[in-house]
Amino acid sequence: MTQKILPIVTVLIAVLILWYAAAVWLNAPQAEALMDPDQPHGLWALAQACWSMDRPVLPAPDQIASALIDSVFGFPLSSPRNLLLQAGYTAATTVIGLIFGLIFGILLAIGIVHVRTLDRSVMPWVIASQTIPILAIAPMLVVALGSMGVTGLTPKAAIVAYLTFFPVTVGMVKGFRTPDPLQLDLMHTYSAGEMTVFAKLRWPAGMAFLFPSLKVAVALAVTGAIVAEMPTGAQVGLGARLLAGSYYGQTMMMWSALVMASLLALAGLLAVTLLERGVVLMRGGRL
Amino acid sequence: MSGRAVRGVQRGGAQWMMAAAGLLFCTLSWISLRNFGDLPWIMAAIALVLTLTGLSLFARGDDRADRIASPLLFGLLVIWLWEMLVTGLHVPFVILPPPSRIALAIAHNLPILWADFVQTVLHAVLAGFALGCGIGFLLALAIDRSPFLQRGLTPLGNLISALPIIGIAPIMVMWFGFGWQSKAAVVVLMTVFPMLVNTRAGLASTDAMERDLMQTYAAGYWRTLLSLRLPVAMPMIFNALKLNATLALIGAVVAEFFGTPTRGMGFRISTEAARMNLDIVWATIVVAAVTGCAAFVLITLIERVVTFWHPSIRGADRR
Repeated sequence: MTQKILPIVTVLIAVLILWYAAAVWLNAPQAEALMDPDQPHGLWALAQACWSMDRPVLPAPDQIASALIDSVFGFPLSSPRNLLLQAGYTAATTVIGLIFGLIFGILLAIGIVHVRTLDRSVMPWVIASQTIPILAIAPMLVVALGSMGVTGLTPKAAIVAYLTFFPVTVGMVKGFRTPDPLQLDLMHTYSAGEMTVFAKLRWPAGMAFLFPSLKVAVALAVTGAIVAEMPTGAQVGLGARLLAGSYYGQTMMMWSALVMASLLALAGLLAVTLLERGVVLMRGGRL
Repeated sequence: MSGRAVRGVQRGGAQWMMAAAGLLFCTLSWISLRNFGDLPWIMAAIALVLTLTGLSLFARGDDRADRIASPLLFGLLVIWLWEMLVTGLHVPFVILPPPSRIALAIAHNLPILWADFVQTVLHAVLAGFALGCGIGFLLALAIDRSPFLQRGLTPLGNLISALPIIGIAPIMVMWFGFGWQSKAAVVVLMTVFPMLVNTRAGLASTDAMERDLMQTYAAGYWRTLLSLRLPVAMPMIFNALKLNATLALIGAVVAEFFGTPTRGMGFRISTEAARMNLDIVWATIVVAAVTGCAAFVLITLIERVVTFWHPSIRGADRR
């Protein structure tokens, strides 16, 4: 365990030290201007000024942490300034979009595995669709749907679903195809139909591929939800906070929203990992 | 049945006739729709059935024409359905403009689209992509000699790859200004970690037998790296390059939402969407899509050259 933890901790500490140094380097010109020129001050005083500015170029890690804690506990949960509430909006978009993307992705994978025409005609487009920077059109979709009166969660969840269906489809197609001819022939000698082969052979084989694709999908989903919250029409969520921070030059607002978004992505990854373990245990496997 | 090739199917050219007839009916029903304004239901249904039949006949074969024809027919069918449904059912222009209008917008706005392309792709994406992939690759090589750093940086790199790095865009715009440099900075941050992680995994994927062989040749670190480990890592590195190509485009376009000079693909999308000029927005999206696909194809072609090239290098070594 120490063999694993020690290098990571060392790297993290190095990053922190570099971060503080960079904060001094980047903030020094502004901090210098703010300080009283008549009073003599040492390097340490300058550094402290750099690490406690109101609108720093690069905030110190402890500033970000305290801003984050302040925005979570400093306001009631119903206040729009509470970051936990905003994270909740983003999380809701992510989860709902992810569920729809998952269902659509699995259905498409089932179709591709069983219908040759689908395999030949749709699969190349599924792959090509990934080379398209679809995320870039997300705000436009939100604006367009918003002008039609479709606002709130639906357009954002639609974007997340679109982004997440792809890794699921590709992963599940691969997974459903892992049973080798020998196993398929065995099922055939049992005179098992297509449905039984799917339920008893292909689906369990696909499970091993579901969770790695789901992890990729979670990362994409959080990114998608945040970008979908950025256009002018959106008022809630971490993406809206990022945009507001950018408009009003509120550095700390941006950084705390960014950190909160990262925490959300990590929570999603953790949830998928736990789900995976649960499923493995339920099916009688070993971790 | 599924997944297995049906060899030697007797189609007797029926697939070509079906597809041609289907496309003919597609065109006819489109002309009818344009001239009379009503959806010609029966003709459209015939066109749909004929084209789908042709498509599934093509899908049963296995030669080169079959492999190209079925996805191509499917794409044409989707565009045709889009055009017919949007025009025939009078879908509002702001929700979805028909493909014909998008094509017109592309034809009429070529100078604008080109200026946006230069600003976003040729400046921000290219610079950021080269720098990000280069830094990721060099970092992976640098930590390669230190198992301690590897164990520290690899899990962190994996973790950071899963984070929504795109959120750093407003901060980068604040730091580096509205020009393309801030977009390139976002692209660098988005592409470094996938490259680092993939190159690391690629360098680690030699097996003990191959490393032993290099040792019996008395090959040093650099010799082993150049002749064995880098060639072995190439598929993973190209994997990262493909992944990063899309990420770079996304990063640059999204970063432009936070402030940009009055050109660039992200600027075009956000301003024209606000002004409800959806055809120009879609034209920009088409440019972005074509750019993404072209980058993917280009990287795949280079990959083929490299994989063709590396056995020849090994052959030269053996001599």
